[in-house]
Amino acid sequence: MSVILSTGTGIAIGLLGLAMLLCAIRLVRGPSVADRVLALDTLYVNSLALLMTLGIRLAEPAFFDAALLIALLGFLATVALAKYRLQGDIID
Amino acid sequence: MTEFATTATDLVIAALLVGGSSFALIGSIGLARFRDFYKRIHGPTKATTLGVGCALLASSIFFTRLQGSFSSRELLIAIFLFITAPISAHLMVKTALAEDPASSPPPQPAAAQDPSSTTASAVPSTGTSTVKAPTAG
Repeated sequence: MSVILSTGTGIAIGLLGLAMLLCAIRLVRGPSVADRVLALDTLYVNSLALLMTLGIRLAEPAFFDAALLIALLGFLATVALAKYRLQGDIID
Repeated sequence: MTEFATTATDLVIAALLVGGSSFALIGSIGLARFRDFYKRIHGPTKATTLGVGCALLASSIFFTRLQGSFSSRELLIAIFLFITAPISAHLMVKTALAEDPASSPPPQPAAAQDPSSTTASAVPSTGTSTVKAPTAG
């Protein structure tokens, strides 16, 4: 691990942590349910980028599988929450 | 690989990572700071997708160099995210419109003078008896 890569991943992890903190603030404050769903959606996308950055920093390819799982489950969760608010029913 | 090429690849990976996470941070600032929901959904759905795209590209370059063969699994996540991000944004806007119908755009003026609305008033005469039925029970 070179100095350039460790510095770059360190800065990226800091920025992504700040982004996830802002999403958490919107998740707590959000006036409507749609705001909270949007905050959760942004939170999982940011955590995806954070997992990729950690995978580069630790040179560990196993982080991909976790990222792929989070991408699939996060999309399903967003669709399920939005459809539940829209119709009061997830599967019809 | 020579020393210079390794340093250059490191620089590209670090630049992609810092740029991508800056995009994700800008999208999240937009999510936290804008006043209206329809303004708030604009930031994350565009900037965050670009940010994750940059991080996936950096990861693809890094693991291609590490393993010596092309690493294509990041492409899988990138394609999945680029397909699903508009779908989830569309569903969230529909949810917000259903929660607050006053914020939806006004109807077209041609639909207000629809001639079929006068003929439709005669149709539900048979339905009135079925509507009143539960009140008796």
